[in-house]
Amino acid sequence: MSVWLAILLGAVVTYLTKLSGYAVPARWLSNPRMTRVAGAITVALLSALIVMNTFAAGTALVLDARLAALAVAVLALWARWPFLLVVMLGAAAAGVVRWWG
Amino acid sequence: MGLSIAVATGLYGVSFGALAVAAGLTVGQAMALSLLMFTGGSQFAFIGVIAGGGAPSAALGAAALLGVRNAVYGMQMNHMLQPHGWRKGLAAQVTIDESTATAAGQSAPDEQRRGFWVAGLGVFVLWNLFTFVGAWLGDALGDPRRWGLDGAAVAAFLGLLWPRLRQREPVALAVLSGVVTALALPQLPPGLPILVAAVVGAAWGWWVPDRAAASAERTAP
Repeated sequence: MSVWLAILLGAVVTYLTKLSGYAVPARWLSNPRMTRVAGAITVALLSALIVMNTFAAGTALVLDARLAALAVAVLALWARWPFLLVVMLGAAAAGVVRWWG
Repeated sequence: MGLSIAVATGLYGVSFGALAVAAGLTVGQAMALSLLMFTGGSQFAFIGVIAGGGAPSAALGAAALLGVRNAVYGMQMNHMLQPHGWRKGLAAQVTIDESTATAAGQSAPDEQRRGFWVAGLGVFVLWNLFTFVGAWLGDALGDPRRWGLDGAAVAAFLGLLWPRLRQREPVALAVLSGVVTALALPQLPPGLPILVAAVVGAAWGWWVPDRAAASAERTAP
């Protein structure tokens, strides 16, 4: 599958997902279990994306400058700094560690 | 309130645009994601899988699964706003975290409607504008690793997860999912560990609260 096809199919799927909330009878989704499943999938996926983007090099696990980005982001979020600043500090941490190393 | 949310979220678009290009997408592909997919979590997931060397089909799967919560939002907004005709189709596209939160934060029906549309359309315009700025910047910067943009991706995903970790249960799920991903990474083709984590999350959401209730019953005399 090409990247373009994945983007277009992904857009169709995510739009239909949004629309499904407006189309199906409320009782199907008002089930609290569905809300919990949607929330849990979101948490699990974000956590998986963090691990993959921090430690993965192809199919190997490595420790490199990205770990510094993760540590700095934890501190910045702990201090309740805004999202954009957190992202920029993450980039700066990885950039600085790589430059030293 | 809607407007301030729109401005703040639009700014995240800069990081998305830059990271999309860093992941290897073209400026046009980054824009297509923001215009057509328009749900930040799914878009970040898409480029996150591509950046990790995953197949486009795995990126599509991760994006689709992260969009599932929008169906729940859509149900809430349909009940709250009751849009008809073409407005329903448009409302669906701008049904995201921010517009739902803004509408849900109001109590008067008029204010709910106004909050939803101002936040939804405002975020749409600014998100796309800033995606373009970010993608263009990312393109001009060259090698993303030199600027630590791979570190920015890590920070961005943590920033998206952080507000969801206020209770103990999501923290336990996040740790479990992270460990499963780390164990799966060397075993499976790139992109698939993400989908394994999604299955773990779905199973957790389906069963764990019941199990917690059951164990509470057992420990009670």
